[in-house]
Amino acid sequence: MAKKPVTFTLNGAERAAFTEDGENLLELLRRGVGDLTPKYGCGQGTCGACTVLIDGEPHLSCLVLGEAAQGRRIETVAGLAGATLHPLQEAFMTHFAAQCGYCTPGMLMSAKALLDRNPRPSRADVVEAISGNLCRCTGYEPIIDAILSVAEGRATA
Amino acid sequence: MKQGQFELRKEFFADERPENLNEIGKPTRRQDILGHVTGRSPYFDDHLFEGLLHIRCARSPHHHARIRRIDTSEAERMPGVVRVLTGRDVPRNLNTLLSLLDFGIDDEPLLADRKVGYKGEPVAAVIATSEAAARDAVKKVRVDWEVLPHVLDVEEAIKPGAPVVLDIYPGNKFIYHGKYDHQKLRYGDVEAAFRSADHVVEGRYQMSPIEQAPIETCGAIAAPEVNDRYVCYTSTQALFFSLGTAAKVLTTPSSRLHFVGGTVGGGFGGKVDSIHEPIAVLGAMLTGRPCKFAWDREEEMQVGAPRGAERWYIKDGVMRDGRIVARRFTGYFDSGAYTRLSSYAIIKGVGHLPGPYTIPNVYADVYCVFTNRTPATAMRGFGITGVDFAIEAHMDKVAETVGMNPIELRILNAYRDGDMKAHRRVAKNCALIECCQVVAEKAGIALSPAARAASSLHGGGGERAQIPAYTATDGAGRVEGYEGGNYARKGGAKRPDGPAPIAVPPTAPRQPAYAAPMPTYAAPAPAPQPAHRPEPPPPAAAPGPARSGPMRFSSLSGFRRR
Repeated sequence: MAKKPVTFTLNGAERAAFTEDGENLLELLRRGVGDLTPKYGCGQGTCGACTVLIDGEPHLSCLVLGEAAQGRRIETVAGLAGATLHPLQEAFMTHFAAQCGYCTPGMLMSAKALLDRNPRPSRADVVEAISGNLCRCTGYEPIIDAILSVAEGRATA
Repeated sequence: MKQGQFELRKEFFADERPENLNEIGKPTRRQDILGHVTGRSPYFDDHLFEGLLHIRCARSPHHHARIRRIDTSEAERMPGVVRVLTGRDVPRNLNTLLSLLDFGIDDEPLLADRKVGYKGEPVAAVIATSEAAARDAVKKVRVDWEVLPHVLDVEEAIKPGAPVVLDIYPGNKFIYHGKYDHQKLRYGDVEAAFRSADHVVEGRYQMSPIEQAPIETCGAIAAPEVNDRYVCYTSTQALFFSLGTAAKVLTTPSSRLHFVGGTVGGGFGGKVDSIHEPIAVLGAMLTGRPCKFAWDREEEMQVGAPRGAERWYIKDGVMRDGRIVARRFTGYFDSGAYTRLSSYAIIKGVGHLPGPYTIPNVYADVYCVFTNRTPATAMRGFGITGVDFAIEAHMDKVAETVGMNPIELRILNAYRDGDMKAHRRVAKNCALIECCQVVAEKAGIALSPAARAASSLHGGGGERAQIPAYTATDGAGRVEGYEGGNYARKGGAKRPDGPAPIAVPPTAPRQPAYAAPMPTYAAPAPAPQPAHRPEPPPPAAAPGPARSGPMRFSSLSGFRRR
């Protein structure tokens, strides 16, 4: 099986890895460079647990070939917190927006993509933004509340 | 409303809970939430191993078939394949999930070697250097099948001449205590009550199997440790269950198995079956390398054990004023091709009948039926949820028949404190009436003054606390020929034949009158009453003396005892 070198930035840092034919970005990130924050849920692009940002846009990393990462800017939850947690992370904690936590990284990345392009989303915008992310535990309402609470100009949800 | 609910709690549970509760209404952070929002919570798959091997199973395309031969030679020659496991590689290739509690007979192979009982049953496990290589090689496992007739419907399965799913249960029914082919509940005389009832209302209710659908699929990674042990990271919901199961089927002391779990990406019951851990550990044992065995989403949905489907027939005898005087159940629980947890689910379910209603005559026969469908297992209230659907749908049908508001019908028939339940235990801390009143208020449904005035605290006991003077019993469903591997038999003296004794009702301190009445029934010479408190489930499960099994059944079935 042919191995190809790919280079990309992951959460601002330059990374290089070999990818194999047919390997998806999810596996490249997890096993190739050791970023375990994107999760495997379905491998079919239906659950959103593997959502990462590529050049600022949310993508399902299970449906993106590893080699397509060449030269791209990739963001995952591993880069969300700086010296302090990202406001979305704080909001998910205070709103009880996670139970088992497995969908949470994907939810956070979809939410970040939304707020990056639309700092003042409506509730409908939030619902739309996470419509590709399945959660089996919380029933979505706490997640929606958490994201809205971070949106600019909103003191509370 | 919050204040009102709090007052309700103080009224009903004053003797149970301390007064210094201060958590409700106050946000509390989960102890594991920081890991979740930073993506650092260590799920089983978040452990990296150099040289990790991947396991995938070759599966039966048939519902029911005999295996004449499994040829793995071509699969073994595929690129990246390290080894192919079959049933021959499993040291003890027969298990039943609850055997750790000494409940049930071993019936299910880890990798089928003689016969498959459901579509998707694993027959071989390919271990390869990548998941893609394992996937390719699985297609090269050749199985010579002798396709057998199959049965997918619970009532078809128990007809004479139906295909036999499991040879050890030729009637396709799980055998309880080595001698009963169903669980029974008998209280009063339903047939007499049907004759005197104003209406008889019958219904048939069918539930589907339901997949738990956790976002994280089930899986495990096992690797050799340097101290002759094997570490196993697993998604299991039941770590010690999985540990014990792996130790049993691999015939290895559990001290050699270092299991790490606790971080579960959603379970909902579907992660108790302990299938992945033994296969992953076996792979690590036989290859000397770390092995990962996880379902993909398709496997999770297709071969992951669901909540079992249930079929219920309910017949009620009802008076014109809405009082239900008799309720008869016949239930069929679809266990699929193996027992797993279904036999236990039925014990829970029968312990729940007839629902939260005081009905003076109750009868139930509930069967754990084997079919050629995916085995069923735990899921959120399994054994209860299905029959509750049937009961509550039937309550609406009864309400319609007598022309009564369905909420009022429930209030009229609800358990009240001091009532005798069909299990001959006294109802206490009842709150269904109050729940119904709140629901009616929230839904804007006007209740009659009587329904509004009703209370779980009043009107119970008295005649409603009396065990029926006569209970119609029968010996139907007794079978012979089941001896070993059954918790009820273990260490217990054999009881004389005849209907099981009806247990003495427990003493209820708040209602001393209930301790008095002893049941009278037509049974010939029942066995002496055991001195200790009755065990759920009732009649059929009355225990023999001096049981030395590993666990009291009340613990197994989760009943709280105070």
